[in-house]
Amino acid sequence: MSVPQNLRYAKSHEWVRVEGDTAVVGITDHAQHELTDIVYVELPAVGDRVEAGKECAVVESVKAASDIYAPVSGDVVAINDELTSAPELVNQDPFGKGWMFKIKVSDPAEVNDMLSPSDYAHHIGA
Amino acid sequence: MVSSGETLRRTPLYAAHVAAGAKLVPFGGWEMPVQYRGILEEHHSVRQRVGLFDISHMGEFIVTGSNRLNQLFTNDLRKLAVGQGHYTLLCNAAGGVVDDLIAYRIEADKFLLVVNASNIAKDRAWLEQQGVTVDDQSDRTAALALQGPLAKKFLENSAALPSFNIERESVFGCLCWVARTGYTGEDGFEILCASADAEELWNEFLEFGAEFGIMPCGLGARDTLRLEACLPLHGNDLTEQTTPLEAGLKRFVALDKGEFIGRTAMNEKGVARKLVAFKMAPGKCPPPRSHYLIRAGGRPVGEVTSGTQSPTLHCGIGLGYVETVSAEVGMPIEIEVRGKLFPATIEKKPLYKRGQ
Repeated sequence: MSVPQNLRYAKSHEWVRVEGDTAVVGITDHAQHELTDIVYVELPAVGDRVEAGKECAVVESVKAASDIYAPVSGDVVAINDELTSAPELVNQDPFGKGWMFKIKVSDPAEVNDMLSPSDYAHHIGA
Repeated sequence: MVSSGETLRRTPLYAAHVAAGAKLVPFGGWEMPVQYRGILEEHHSVRQRVGLFDISHMGEFIVTGSNRLNQLFTNDLRKLAVGQGHYTLLCNAAGGVVDDLIAYRIEADKFLLVVNASNIAKDRAWLEQQGVTVDDQSDRTAALALQGPLAKKFLENSAALPSFNIERESVFGCLCWVARTGYTGEDGFEILCASADAEELWNEFLEFGAEFGIMPCGLGARDTLRLEACLPLHGNDLTEQTTPLEAGLKRFVALDKGEFIGRTAMNEKGVARKLVAFKMAPGKCPPPRSHYLIRAGGRPVGEVTSGTQSPTLHCGIGLGYVETVSAEVGMPIEIEVRGKLFPATIEKKPLYKRGQ
């Protein structure tokens, strides 16, 4: 299972890549593998305020719907519209084209509180 | 769901599933494969080629006494010649569905019943309570389902077996019951064998089928396949609170055969709601799920009982009970998903029919 070194991770299997004051958010390779074939993604709207640890998106596999939690607090400044027509990108490229949304981070300390790659790898038993 | 303290039962193919990399989940008290390589791939392998399922969790009863049995089942056992089977239902006095099953006449007055895994104990108790002696063979019987347009290549001796017929046949040297049945909407067979022979048969089928692109298939694909074919699932689409007439299963209810349990009640109850099939509008709609509300004309008219994203039709599909006045084919409905409404249309059943 891939766990890129340049990202921070949530126990609930989201990843964050920091770009200046913005956090790009997606779900991990482990998560997409557990969820299996993803057929629908419901994203927050640009301008929504999200709170760390609260659900803010939904991914649906053939079998079930699963909540996605905001790893950090802030305002949603962009969403990946491509997932509307191609939700399978989350399975195919979870750390790249499968990104979900970008948050303008309100408290940078929240990013530092997230798991390091090695801690996340330990968390998933990798 | 089964609580963590409860022991899940395993089929004789458990080790084979683990070796094949299956993802195992609890289902009806059993630890069963939900998928191997992926639900979508497995689904397409059955629609286009052939897939192999472990259905050993299902129950097998041998019963005798056609006169008494005919007072318990909705369909008319007298219509069956030896070697023939049919879909039938066990109902309670209120006309609700205790279970749905296939009954085969295997001797002049002997029947093989194949019942749902989660209902084995309940069905057995129900039948015994009605004075039927049940020879429950479930624990020593395994079952495989070979489904798809290429399934007939595997069982040349049974290639001419008519739909819903059953015969005793040697398969790769193992004595089996071979039935021309399935739960996918495709041609295929369900093969009942001794538990001790299950793993050998499983491996022989996979080896023989390699050149046809056979895939082992889990419960995930079984569910999407049966839902496209609009085959009901007991516990979701059929319950002890719904009648076969509401479920649109009238052709399996011999109302004219004489008295049977549930007949009076289901007739008196009538059909105030109907089990309908629906498709979500094209474009991006979330897949419907059981218990989602169905609305029409701005008010609630029913509830989804099964739903999924259809791998063949590329849209959300489902079954649900809808009040009869709103249940005509072609009528627009809305499915409420997380507080938002998404358009759908009531469709003719089945949503998928092979060869179309």
